[in-house]
Formats: sequence, structure tokens, C-alpha cells
Amino acid sequence: MGGAHGHSLHFHGHSVVHRLPAHLKLVALVVYVIAVVATPAGQWWAFGLHAVVLVGVMAATRIPAGYIGRRMLIEVPFVVFALIMPFVAQGPRVQVGPFSLSEAGLLAAATLLLKGTLGVGASVVFAATTEAADIVTGLRRVGLPRQLVEIIAFMVRYLDVVTGQLIRMKVARASRGFSARSVRQWPVLGSTAGALFIRSYERGERVHLAMLSRGYSGAMPDLAPVSTSTGPWVAALVAPAVSVVIAVTALVLR
Amino acid sequence: MTPVLELKGVAHAYPDGHQALFGVDLHVHRGERVALLGPNGAGKTTLVLHLNGILTAGAGTVTVSGLPVAPENLLEIRRRVGIVFQDPDDQLFMPTVRQDVAFGPANMGVRGAELDAVVDSALARVGMSAFADRPPHHLSFGQKRRVAVATVLAMEPEILVLDEPSSNLDPASRRELADILRSLDVTLLMVTHDLPYALELCERSVLLSDGVVVGDGPTVSILGDDDLMRAHRLELPAGFDPHRV
Repeated sequence: MGGAHGHSLHFHGHSVVHRLPAHLKLVALVVYVIAVVATPAGQWWAFGLHAVVLVGVMAATRIPAGYIGRRMLIEVPFVVFALIMPFVAQGPRVQVGPFSLSEAGLLAAATLLLKGTLGVGASVVFAATTEAADIVTGLRRVGLPRQLVEIIAFMVRYLDVVTGQLIRMKVARASRGFSARSVRQWPVLGSTAGALFIRSYERGERVHLAMLSRGYSGAMPDLAPVSTSTGPWVAALVAPAVSVVIAVTALVLR
Repeated sequence: MTPVLELKGVAHAYPDGHQALFGVDLHVHRGERVALLGPNGAGKTTLVLHLNGILTAGAGTVTVSGLPVAPENLLEIRRRVGIVFQDPDDQLFMPTVRQDVAFGPANMGVRGAELDAVVDSALARVGMSAFADRPPHHLSFGQKRRVAVATVLAMEPEILVLDEPSSNLDPASRRELADILRSLDVTLLMVTHDLPYALELCERSVLLSDGVVVGDGPTVSILGDDDLMRAHRLELPAGFDPHRV
């Protein structure tokens, strides 16, 4: 759980990046990631420039580098995968110290690491500067189907409620001397999951009753404020536009 | 004068055959604050769900300010009857407090500046204006309950129905909620087994037991009638004397 503001990834602040509307940041994130992914392997200078763009945006958020660094640990499994690639890939090999490594594997690993790190970094910046409620609104604004947005909104709202319920059930179980040490205890875990499902299902019914009681008739009203000025669009798209230019140049020079 | 709420011979059986209500008659007039008392399983919640047409009576009628609860009137009925459910986590489902309070009026077609004004006024009436942009799951239980009251007030209901308003509240939150409820200029029906709370807030009580109304009168005389109370599994806290409050 995070503090009083937003979800656990969110870092409270008032920078220009924090203030941008969520749907613009979402568009900017997607454009930036596409530009990075479209940049051809081997054009190291282009990846360097993409990184400069990202670091520039990170600096503008005024979020401490250590915070962003810790959040980027989610990338570790991909890093492990990238490190394995030079050993297992086919093709011509080069000798690096005691290891014989695949040239193609090295290139692929380096590209994967670069693209992955840039993508994760941009996503962490987005998550750290956008409240959960605004992300949901942003998804609605960029035209994600209504039903999907509503499912995500309810998930965001009830994640903590259901997690709280699960924790209370675990405490109650442990208080009666239960600990899951062997396969023989699996049925107990199964019935916990079943009970949690039933409870959540019943809560869903009660929430639906509460919605009906306030006049719900099948469509959620769109209640978030809308900004119509073009200023935020320009601010949000500066960074991804630079990256698109970098990617296009890299493609032409290839 | 047309009563705000009029129930005539309301009976209800659930699809599994269990009958919860056996002909309930009840009138609530404008400006009254009425407590609906009864032991667990008396049919209180079933009765509440009839008031805004979530459940429909197998027999009998429910009328709200002269408008019968029927499928063609449901939207207007749900505006007139505001129900605050027992668990605020069921009631607050939108990403922020402001959006949640706006949900009801928006369903009624209110938009723009008018909607903002309605939301601000509802939050001010429960003293939660400062929390408008917070997500509901970061509020304390007492704050959630107050916001739940605001979500219903925003629909400007003719009668406010509260299901166990004092449950799970600490004494301070319980008193704060009582102060807020007293300050509202609205007809109130409060379902509870918190008898001192009923006495504090409601001049009149209706006792429901086994699906029928078995008592209706001034709260102090209902609570003071030991035989009636004992017959229907209701008990005052030890040492509590309703005549000395």
C-alpha cells in the first residue's frame, strides 16, 4: 500500500509531468515505446539519444533517481534472459575471456536490454506521475472499450478490499494453528480461495444493488474533468516526437 | 397529507420459498425520523429493498409521495428514496470520492456546473469537502460512511434510508454521524439494533419481527416496554434506562 495518495507506484508531486492529463501521457508513452522498438538493432547512437530523452523527462518529474531505480527492478527477469542469449544462440562465435559467445546472441541481448530498459523506464515514469484514478480516466479517453475500462476501474477500487479480506482469512487460519507445510494442506488453501471467490461474488452483487439504487441503468457516466486546450498536447508530445525523429533517422541511415 | 412512504400489506417470499415479509403496513410522514427495529432475520433488509424497487412485493403496495413503486417509475423512485447500505465499500465504487458522489445525480441527467454544485453541497453537508479527490479506499471507516451518506444526499431524496448506520463505528465517529444526521433537514428511516442510537435520533420507532410490524410508537415507550422487547429478542445495554436519557 502506498501513502495517502494513489497506488504504490505513484510518487506524489506537482511537476509539469504530474500535471499533464493522463490520456496525453498514455499516448506519449505508447508513441515513445513504439519509436524505441522501431529503432533498428546496432544503431547504438540512436538508443543513446532515446535514453537522453527519457532521462530528460525523468529529470522534469523531480522524482529521486533512487526511487525510479528501485521500481525498475521489475525488469530483472528480462535481464537474466538477455544474459543467457549470447550463450545459447547459434551462428558465428567470438571469444570473450573464457567464454565462447554467439555474435548474433550478443547483438540480440544488447538490443533487448536497451529496448527493455527504455520501455520499463518510460512506464515507471508514467506510473509514478499518474494517480490510479487518472490512469482509468486516461484509458477511457484514448478510446479503450467502455466495458474494459469499467472492469479495470472496479479492479483498482476493490483490489485493496479483496486483499484485506484474504489477509484476514489467512490470519484467522493461522490463529487456529494452520500452516501450509505440505501438499496435504492444499485442500485448505483451495477452500480459502473458494471462500474468497464466493465473498467477492456476493460483494459484486451488493455493489450492483447499490449502483441500481442510485439510478444505474447500464452505462457509467463519464465524470472526470476534460481539458480542451492544445497546450498540454504540445507539452506531452515533445519527448515522443523527438524519439520518433531519432527512430526514423536511424531507419534511413541503416 | 400524502405520506412520504406508504406500505400497505407488503408481503415477500424469496425464490427459494423462504417468506420474509407477511403483510407490512407502514406510514412515514414528511420530516419524521423513524427507527426500524427488529432482531436478526426479522426482514428489515428485505423491507428496505422494497422501498426503491430492488425487490418487488409479492402482494401489497409501496408508494413514495404518492408515486407507486413500479417498473415504469423506477428511476424517479430511486431518486426519491436514498438508501445508504451497511458496508460503505459496497456503496463507494468509483475511483474518487467526487466521482462517487456525482454518480447518482449524473444518472439522473445532471451535468456540468450544476453537477459540481450538487456534489460540493452534498460533501459539505457531511463535512467531507476536503476529501473530494481522494480514492475511497484511503478513507477511514467513519469517513467512508459519511461519504456514503453524501452519495445519497446528492440525489436530493425525499426520504433517507440508513441500514445499520452506527455499525463498526468507534464512539467518536458514531457521535459525529449522529450530529450530521440531526443537522439534515430530511425524512429519515433508520434500520438498526443500536437501540440507544435509535432513541437519540428518532422520536418514533417501528418494531418488525418475523415479517410483521409488532410495535409502532414513540421510541421511548417502545424501548420501555419490557414485555414487548423480550418477546422479540431486543435488549437494551445493561444499565441503560430509556426514560432517563
